[in-house]
Amino acid sequence: MRELTYSEAAVEAVAEEMRRDPKIFYMSTDAIAPLVREFGAERVRATPITEAALTGMAIGAAGCGFRPIVDWRQVTFCFVAMDQIVNQAAKIHYMFGGQVTFPILYRASVGGGGLTAAQHSQSPYSMFMNVAGLKMFLPSTPYDIKGLIKTAIRDNNPVISFESGRLMTRKGPVPEEDYTVPLGKADIKREGSDVTVVALAWLVHEALAAAEELAREGISVEVVDPRTLVPLDRETIRGSVQKTGRLVIADEAGPTAGFSAEVAAIATEDPATFARLKAPVKRVCALQVPIPYSPVLENHVFPDRQRIIEGIREVLRGGAGQASAA
Amino acid sequence: MSLSTQSPAPNLPPDKQREMLRRMLTIRRFEERASDDYLAGKIYGVVHCYIGEEAVAVGVCSALDRGDRIISTHRGHGHCIAKGADLNRMMAELYGRQTGYCKGKGGSMHIADFGIGMLGANGIVAGGIAIVTGAGLAAKMEGKGGVAVSFFGDGASNAGPFHECLNIAATWKLPMLYVCENNMYAANTAAAATHALGDVAARAAGYGIPGVVVDGNDIFAVYQAANRAVDRARSGGGPSLIECKTYRWRAHTERRGMADVRDPSEIEAWKGRDPIAQLERQLREQGYLDDAELQTMERDILGALEAAVAFAEASPFPLPQQAADDVFAA
Ligand SMILES: Cc1ncc(C[n+]2csc(CCOP(=O)(O)OP(=O)(O)O)c2C)c(N)n1
Ligand SMILES: [Mg+2]
Repeated sequence: MRELTYSEAAVEAVAEEMRRDPKIFYMSTDAIAPLVREFGAERVRATPITEAALTGMAIGAAGCGFRPIVDWRQVTFCFVAMDQIVNQAAKIHYMFGGQVTFPILYRASVGGGGLTAAQHSQSPYSMFMNVAGLKMFLPSTPYDIKGLIKTAIRDNNPVISFESGRLMTRKGPVPEEDYTVPLGKADIKREGSDVTVVALAWLVHEALAAAEELAREGISVEVVDPRTLVPLDRETIRGSVQKTGRLVIADEAGPTAGFSAEVAAIATEDPATFARLKAPVKRVCALQVPIPYSPVLENHVFPDRQRIIEGIREVLRGGAGQASAA
Repeated sequence: MSLSTQSPAPNLPPDKQREMLRRMLTIRRFEERASDDYLAGKIYGVVHCYIGEEAVAVGVCSALDRGDRIISTHRGHGHCIAKGADLNRMMAELYGRQTGYCKGKGGSMHIADFGIGMLGANGIVAGGIAIVTGAGLAAKMEGKGGVAVSFFGDGASNAGPFHECLNIAATWKLPMLYVCENNMYAANTAAAATHALGDVAARAAGYGIPGVVVDGNDIFAVYQAANRAVDRARSGGGPSLIECKTYRWRAHTERRGMADVRDPSEIEAWKGRDPIAQLERQLREQGYLDDAELQTMERDILGALEAAVAFAEASPFPLPQQAADDVFAA
């Protein structure tokens, strides 16, 4: 199968959907050249640097029958548009009694690894998961990002595509033929029987590397990639944990009130899953700090395959009857 | 601008002029009723009345077609009625009922009727300006000559979205009207204390678009300014900023004991410039209205409001479990 990078796959998804549906248009403070070439400057608009206006204009255009895409670029830039995201996009379908739909795709690049410091590196998806009325996903592969973007463009709600900055140039197989990936469906990226690692984006690849290493010691790791954050596929997560009895959650964001906390709650508040747990749940997250610049500091802040391996060893030690001091 | 002389009646059919009066009166009577029912505990939360400013919404909306789109503010009843919203469903929404425009999920600050191009009242000051600018972009892309109107207050004109949207609308020549309802106060803060310039309209120069100040209590002045801006927008000329100097008669909200810092003599002076009485007088002068017709109009409006209240009271409250409906669209 041919290979595309993560970012090429995303752009291909947008282009295919724009060919299919003339109601789709694209706004960004920096227009993507191949899209402008194919669709023209009316449908692929380079805008003033006014993320708040763009975010809100997408809502109005969507309510009038269009299907806008707004590219915030770095997720940190969308914080100037928080009113439009939280008070408007997320709420008005509900607040207006469901009388019209607001099909919008917002795109944002998240994560660290670029040594760009705190105002250009962040993984704030949990903030948005906390707001009812927004769907969102964070894919780990070119295949998934293409399929999810296509689904999101066809969805009748505001959807945020969180895209991992670290993965932009990473290649992977993407079929030529049309396909989509459903929202709300996790993917088991590797099957295993001793421990479940739920990981997102770049950390899916780190978890897979950790699994490979531990397999040499006879430890069998299952890697679950939720892909979609809202709606989150609780069933697949619980099913995996019921099978392995152990759960490690790896997230490039900090742990506080985060995605990792949500997954831990999903596992532990369900009686059937809780009953199968052989050890406390372990979170392997970034430190709860603004992302620092210097490589020494940045590397220290983010989890990686080594920390995932340590986390796995910890839950393997913490078996029933063996009280483990954390 | 002189506030003491009225614009002569434009060459408009008598029916259209009478309809302007009927809509202004409907707004006033609707809000008088809403205020009473609010104080009686039948309407909840917060109610902001538009009384005294009716000429702005009706004057602008009289220059629009049904397919044109508007967006409103927290003070939204007037814009809804001016655009042709259904009184029963408005009242039912205030009453928090299932049959309301928003199925009881919005209340006074969130009434919307996309079917008539009313894209919603909005509880966030300046929150609607970008949304309706998107409707202006939609109208431009649709290419059918539609226009979009943003109503907002003097307070909102100091917020970022005003500036961002005027710039983008001017740059892209969007078919927009930005209508500032300058009632001289944002809650209890005088505009004079928060605006570097006396006229919001003067800011239009910074975006290279027309900016006009009109007497917002003179419906024909508002109508004519809106008409010119609509013509310009429909013909591809881009956006305009219209500042309507007006005044709210009541406190910022209907809450009992709501503070009002304004000088009572200022309020009285503005009541002497009642936009409804002015239009009524002009209609009489033209021979388009007599006592009997006015009485009939009043009776019809009060009858429609009685019916709206009866409809609201007879409507069921939402079921508690309906709180979970419509978070996401299908
Ligand atoms: C972002 C935001 N800040 C504060 C408020 C509280 N608030 C509601 S109305 C209002 C005053 C608005 O003044 P103006 O825009 O002039 O409109 P008016 O009430 O005079 O019609 C304020 C401060 C709000 N709703 N939203
Ligand atoms: Mg005001």
